[in-house]
Amino acid sequence: MRREGSVFQGLGAVVLKELSDQMSSIRIFVLELLVAAIAFVALYRAIGRLADTTAEDPFVFLRLFTVDTPPVPSFAGLLGFLIPLVAIGLGFDSVSSEHNRRTLSRVLSQPIYRDALLMGKFLAGMATLGIMLLGLWLLVIGFGLYLLGVPPSGDEVLRSLVFLIIALFYCGVWLALAMLLSIVFRSAATSALVALGLWLFFVLIWPILSSALAQVIAPQDIRYVLLGLPTPATVEMQQALARLSPNQLFAESVLAILSPSTRSLGPIFLEQLQGAVVGTALPLRQSLLIAWPQIVGLIASTIVLFVAGYVVFQRQEVRA
Amino acid sequence: MTETVITARGLTKRYRRATVVDGIDFDVAKGEIFGLLGPNGAGKTTTILMMLGLTDVTDGEVRVLGYDPVRQPLAVKRRVGYLPDSVGFYDYLTATENLAYTARLMGFAPAERTHRITDALSRVQLRDVANQAVRTFSRGMRQRLGLAEIVMKGAEIAILDEPTSGLDPQATVDFLALIEQLKHEGVTVLLSSHLLDQVQRVCDRVALFQTGRIVLQGTVPELAKEVLGAGFVVEVDAVAPPGADLEARLLAVPGVSAVQRAGDRYRLTAVRDVRPDAARAVVAADGALTQLSVDTPSLEAIYTRFFQRNARPEGVRDAA
Repeated sequence: MRREGSVFQGLGAVVLKELSDQMSSIRIFVLELLVAAIAFVALYRAIGRLADTTAEDPFVFLRLFTVDTPPVPSFAGLLGFLIPLVAIGLGFDSVSSEHNRRTLSRVLSQPIYRDALLMGKFLAGMATLGIMLLGLWLLVIGFGLYLLGVPPSGDEVLRSLVFLIIALFYCGVWLALAMLLSIVFRSAATSALVALGLWLFFVLIWPILSSALAQVIAPQDIRYVLLGLPTPATVEMQQALARLSPNQLFAESVLAILSPSTRSLGPIFLEQLQGAVVGTALPLRQSLLIAWPQIVGLIASTIVLFVAGYVVFQRQEVRA
Repeated sequence: MTETVITARGLTKRYRRATVVDGIDFDVAKGEIFGLLGPNGAGKTTTILMMLGLTDVTDGEVRVLGYDPVRQPLAVKRRVGYLPDSVGFYDYLTATENLAYTARLMGFAPAERTHRITDALSRVQLRDVANQAVRTFSRGMRQRLGLAEIVMKGAEIAILDEPTSGLDPQATVDFLALIEQLKHEGVTVLLSSHLLDQVQRVCDRVALFQTGRIVLQGTVPELAKEVLGAGFVVEVDAVAPPGADLEARLLAVPGVSAVQRAGDRYRLTAVRDVRPDAARAVVAADGALTQLSVDTPSLEAIYTRFFQRNARPEGVRDAA
């Protein structure tokens, strides 16, 4: 059955309203302050370590994102850890709060479709996250220029921009997940707890669990064990399982993009390295090819989660 | 017959097991105040949501201003204002900002927005608090703000769901006055309520809902005639001359079905307004007429009697 009128009617109004709400909300302010502070610490330590080797490294700017100075993880690693938190903070009550404030039926009785409301909330969330990421990116570049004293090369700028886009899709996954939970659960507290639970699960538990599961599904071959080598089947299974986590996808694609010498994200056999000059940088296109499956995985997860939320929302009763 | 703005034919809403609205028919004429009446859970709100296209119609059809809310929800929602049961606003925004959001969703131009909002807020006497956060508003003020939204939209039909429940008596009186003002401007009003005396005070016609069906429909006198067997109560205060049997003479007036006497006051139950005939009868009997008044039977009496008469074994379903 066809409905008349554009699905996008009112989308702009919703995006503007949500964006202005988010920009002025204390919750987002605190989250951004937290991210900025942590990013600053990571950067500061990275610069302290890189300052000595500036001249030796052709990709010193990209090192700003990837160098870790234990106990502080790298800037990119920190983002992988913090982005979900910010996205959850943005999305965990985006729909349920409309229910609880009893504004939903009033807003939906205006000439818009539900699609516009949900899409508008998602786009506004992405815009907020995008602005935050862009701010952080500028912070890194600015600090790098000031403290390292070398300008980034064109390739470095391009790679870091690709990193920015990947990070945005990673945001999308978590935002779509948080919004899905906000649609399914009427209580904001439940939705937040479930979202944070999933976040902890993927950050802390899944990496351990996936290798344990891999051992069970594809047991180690005694011949490899005797030689002191990992069994290829087990390693592959472990990687396949680990890649179910968006965090893993993000970490791998960032590795490929920000470390130009990365040649593979999986196990490599020695024969595959014949003729390769190990340690040399790949062109950006080749790095993109390596990370492409991971990037597509992130985009696809975003879409799947958003559509799931969309379907549930369309079927939901409006009345409180 | 004046123009009909809402038509429902065999309108039905079924959830998995329960039939919430069961084949109802009604027409609402332009410019009238139509009351939807009935206990909680009788299907009033669901009927309203179907008229707005906010919930699917299982069977039958409804036309609002000639549009089908299922296929053309945007056209319907553009012309119809809806004040939901216990309406909610964005607490952290001011009254003006809340209305501005609606105005943007309606697609009004900025200049038009400003004057429409100012006009609407002065109409409901919220001009002075236009720039206060809605958080500080009382329930009565929120309801009036909801009405301001309808005025601001320039709606041709206003659908008000339990607008006066929980208001104090003065706020209720003010609110009902605003509703009547709407009617004078040619707006058709659909008022759902279970507060009978208010419905009676403002509504031209009412439809009485019971477990998903409209069991009675018409003007209050019509309903009274159907349920109580009489539409009017005429009170005659007259001093009878010695010897004259005023009671019998009044009973003989065509249309009078019963006379109750209390001292010098006679209460006539009649099918129509029999004041002229009653006065003539008193004068003809040489009585001294001191006061004559007509009263429609209260809706409450009709309602109570109806449900007593039609009490089903399982009783009235009372799902909230």
